[in-house]
Amino acid sequence: MATITLTISALPAHVRTARLMAATVARRAGIAASAIDEIRLAVGEACSRAVAAHKLHCPTQPILLQLIDGNGPDPGSDSRTDATSPALRANGSATQRFEVVVSDRAPAKDTVETVNPSMLDGLFLDGEDTPPGGISGFSPGLGLAVITGLADEVKIDPSDRGTVVRMSWPLTNEHTPDPSSN
Amino acid sequence: MDLKLDHYTEGDTEIVVVEGEIDVYTAPRLRELLIDLVNKGNFHLVVNMEKVEFLDSTGLGVLVGGLKRVRAHDGTLDLVCTQERILKIFRITGLTKVFGIHGSVQEAIDKRSAK
Repeated sequence: MATITLTISALPAHVRTARLMAATVARRAGIAASAIDEIRLAVGEACSRAVAAHKLHCPTQPILLQLIDGNGPDPGSDSRTDATSPALRANGSATQRFEVVVSDRAPAKDTVETVNPSMLDGLFLDGEDTPPGGISGFSPGLGLAVITGLADEVKIDPSDRGTVVRMSWPLTNEHTPDPSSN
Repeated sequence: MDLKLDHYTEGDTEIVVVEGEIDVYTAPRLRELLIDLVNKGNFHLVVNMEKVEFLDSTGLGVLVGGLKRVRAHDGTLDLVCTQERILKIFRITGLTKVFGIHGSVQEAIDKRSAK
């Protein structure tokens, strides 16, 4: 299980960097081309949500992005499966997945952390609707709605120490990444 | 790529041409342009998104904000978009029912004139 970790300052400009990084790693992991756009968008939404939350609560704290390729070699001994090689694991019962984890440090109680269809009515922040210190045009509930619509599996863990958004997509194991691609 | 914005007048409609990525970083510029156009009395807007490479929920929020503003003046805000990757986010969020989405600028203008 190969993991790439990226730490970004809570600035909107860095969300694009996170998106590009996620798309690149997903491509190398062998994610189907049709899902790359979904990953790019979902990761952007998760990072935008985190940046907006940090801007309100802890602008100097960084945001953590982890990109976990379930196909890659596992440097540790605590693998999720008993098999020791990617080839063996691919034949095992556990589905290999590409997982993205976005962790922020903003207390969840003051941010919108659940996807509730009724919230959609009030989501379209623009100008006067933007909370003081908030990011113009950004609406966290709509972002989460997009994430749940795009990711194959989503888990959102809000706590008073921050929110962890876990998203994952299945790896097909049919595609061998081109070593020269980037 | 970054966001490029342009606009021109066609009859009583202001066409906004958007190129590049609309996200949490760049969306405020589009928002400012839409607000500026409405403040100058342009209440019929067509946003041409054919050259948009990326759109996230922040961009959607800005477009809906623009729609709210023009509707306050009995105006319209239509979109031109044929790219599947961009249309998908409108579908996921149900916004295909909120916006008129057209295949070309001319089609957007013609459909409004026909109403």
